Amino acid sequence: MKKKDSVKWEKKDLLGIAELSREEIRIILDRAKNFREVLDRHIPKVPTLRGKTIANLFYEPSTRTRSSFELAAKRLSADTLSITASSSSFLKGETLKDTARNIEAMKVDMIIMRHSCAGAPHFLSRRVKAAVVNAGDGAHEHPTQALLDAFTIENTLGKIKGLKVSIIGDIAHSRVARSNILALTRLGADVTVCGPKTLMPEQIEKMGVRVTYNIKEAMEGADVLNVLRIQLERQKEALFPSIREYVRFFGINSRRLKKHAKKGVVIMHPGPVNRGVELSQDVADGKYSVILDQVTNGVAIRMAVLFILLGRTGKTVVEDQLRISEK
Amino acid sequence: MNILVKNGRIIDPLWKIDKIGDILIEEGEIVGIGGTIESRVTVTIEAKGKIVSPGFIDLHTHLREPGREDMETIETGLAAAASGGFTTVCAMPNTDPPCDNQAHVNFLIERAKQTKKANLLPVGTITKGREGKKLSEMGELRKAGCPAVSDDGDSVEDAGLMRRALEYASMLDLLVISHCEDKALSLDGVMREGYWSTVLGLSPIPAEAESTIVERDVQLAEMTGARLHIAHVSTKESVGIIRAAKKRGVKVTAEVTPHHFTLSDREVKTFDTNMKVNPPLGSAEDVKALKEGLKDGTIDAIATDHAPHLESDKEKEFDYAPFGMIGLETALSLAVMNLVDEGYLDWPALVSKMSGTPAKILKYGRGTLRKGSVADIVIIDPDREWTYKREGVRSRSSNSPFIGRKMKAAVTDVIAEGKVVLRNGECL
Repeated sequence: MKKKDSVKWEKKDLLGIAELSREEIRIILDRAKNFREVLDRHIPKVPTLRGKTIANLFYEPSTRTRSSFELAAKRLSADTLSITASSSSFLKGETLKDTARNIEAMKVDMIIMRHSCAGAPHFLSRRVKAAVVNAGDGAHEHPTQALLDAFTIENTLGKIKGLKVSIIGDIAHSRVARSNILALTRLGADVTVCGPKTLMPEQIEKMGVRVTYNIKEAMEGADVLNVLRIQLERQKEALFPSIREYVRFFGINSRRLKKHAKKGVVIMHPGPVNRGVELSQDVADGKYSVILDQVTNGVAIRMAVLFILLGRTGKTVVEDQLRISEK
Repeated sequence: MNILVKNGRIIDPLWKIDKIGDILIEEGEIVGIGGTIESRVTVTIEAKGKIVSPGFIDLHTHLREPGREDMETIETGLAAAASGGFTTVCAMPNTDPPCDNQAHVNFLIERAKQTKKANLLPVGTITKGREGKKLSEMGELRKAGCPAVSDDGDSVEDAGLMRRALEYASMLDLLVISHCEDKALSLDGVMREGYWSTVLGLSPIPAEAESTIVERDVQLAEMTGARLHIAHVSTKESVGIIRAAKKRGVKVTAEVTPHHFTLSDREVKTFDTNMKVNPPLGSAEDVKALKEGLKDGTIDAIATDHAPHLESDKEKEFDYAPFGMIGLETALSLAVMNLVDEGYLDWPALVSKMSGTPAKILKYGRGTLRKGSVADIVIIDPDREWTYKREGVRSRSSNSPFIGRKMKAAVTDVIAEGKVVLRNGECL
């Protein structure tokens, strides 16, 4: 492998894991390690992106991801601007194209976008010079979530390659699942997806994963269980009969863990958790849960992404650009 | 005006003609076809090295007038038709308001006559207002000049009503064109369900949304004896159902669009909204089945489903963009590149799928070069390469994913009802 400071980063945007090579994923994960240390410092702030402006453009409600990006930007001393669907001209019928052009005219350096439509950040990236970061597009991708999940796994278990990771829940409508599958398989993990057949997308096995509808099979031998939020409104679309039955067949509780899972299995969840549905209370708060680590790591990963994209020279990511100094 | 077309390869599959020779046109009629014809004429078109075919007939065109003249008008649509070699187009009735009455039909025919570019055959609706509730006055539509009825854009959801529609239409010998889509299966889908919809996270439309209705309508046609035409077939399953139905003698015919035999669902991966069509682009396997279907005659015709949309409507998130692409100007080239060059069809078979067979399906006495017939003729340079450029688009809309792509085979001249409407690729 090339040395990390000599690997080229040429992409303007982070649209999805699909566009990233294994090496590019590594660059972000390695960089995030530095920033993770920064977050533990007495004053967790560096001047790296001073003078840069980052716009958060959120067409879908989000607390966690938006705050995480905002905090990442602030920790790097960038100026931030937040535009949410309820306050934006989107409600007045402005098209995404016009919104993009307007933000562009305000000379921002980066747009972080969450949108309910798959491909919306790709649409945006073709129309603006600013860097675009996908903060979740429909059921397509959520790259920073997958990166922080990979980072958390590596931090907790010391590696990713060869690990067995099971992703459990509504795979069909989950951008977290898709980005996780892409990132983890690329990093050498052995991925299984599990959920009701009605929430399993067609031909997902062609993405290089094992498919099971049996929660026991998903738990057996797994090093990590990444449990997805079950959207309660899916039940209304007749995609599964009842929450009660979902919990009975796919819910993770300590009794089930004890019986079927490896001791020390790592429990992850992208949040927000439906307690008592996909995860029981004791598992969500249990000693194997790394759910809050994921949140902290999320800030480090997002700092790394902002740094790499905005510190992009077009040639290389040079080590000394990262001026981490504790004041 | 008398016209002499000289030295072309004359192809008329209806009369099994495929030979080098001349065609003489007098007063809108083909008066001579054969070896060397000498005559004093006003216009001579040299067609050496070119193919001389009956003018193409498009079974499926959206002209948008009345209602959305900002997307297309009868005039611009027929100009696009002419430059693509089409001398007749069937105007689909899902305009605003829909074409469900005699006065509307008369309006379309009159407007088309004023353009003098190509002939327009109005397709009426199956149900009043295209609402799927009551039968339209099919007898009057027929009388006013509709060769066919269709609720294109939607299926007639109510199977009982579809049965009555087919029964009534068969009494009038009216063709029923069915858009096959079960909305309960397609829901809010935007692309074909399969590997690519999974990877892209776009709402999927299963192939069965089409094929279950194809099966239903085929059975109802069998029950009623009606002439049924399946619009824009896009799946392997549908091809199989139609093949089996034809074998047992059901009066069913089918069309495929150039985009469905050219593109597959993987093209959606850039989220190009010009790839968003209904029915959605199929899998690579579907594409192959459609070509095989054309080859063995299961699919009778190539029809464009020319569907103009504003750039401002298409330049949106994939989910929000409308379905459809324009196709009149690229149909021939796509057919040549994907069907002739790949060995699925020879030239006479291709010409048949674009002229003679659509005419037969419509019981329309054109699509032939036989002496005495209306002079609808297209002259093609089969080897000429060209690039489909935005500036050159004749349709009022330019929602085509083929813009910028290299094409092969060019329409050079078109004669419609004995008048030259396209000369050396230029609209007259």
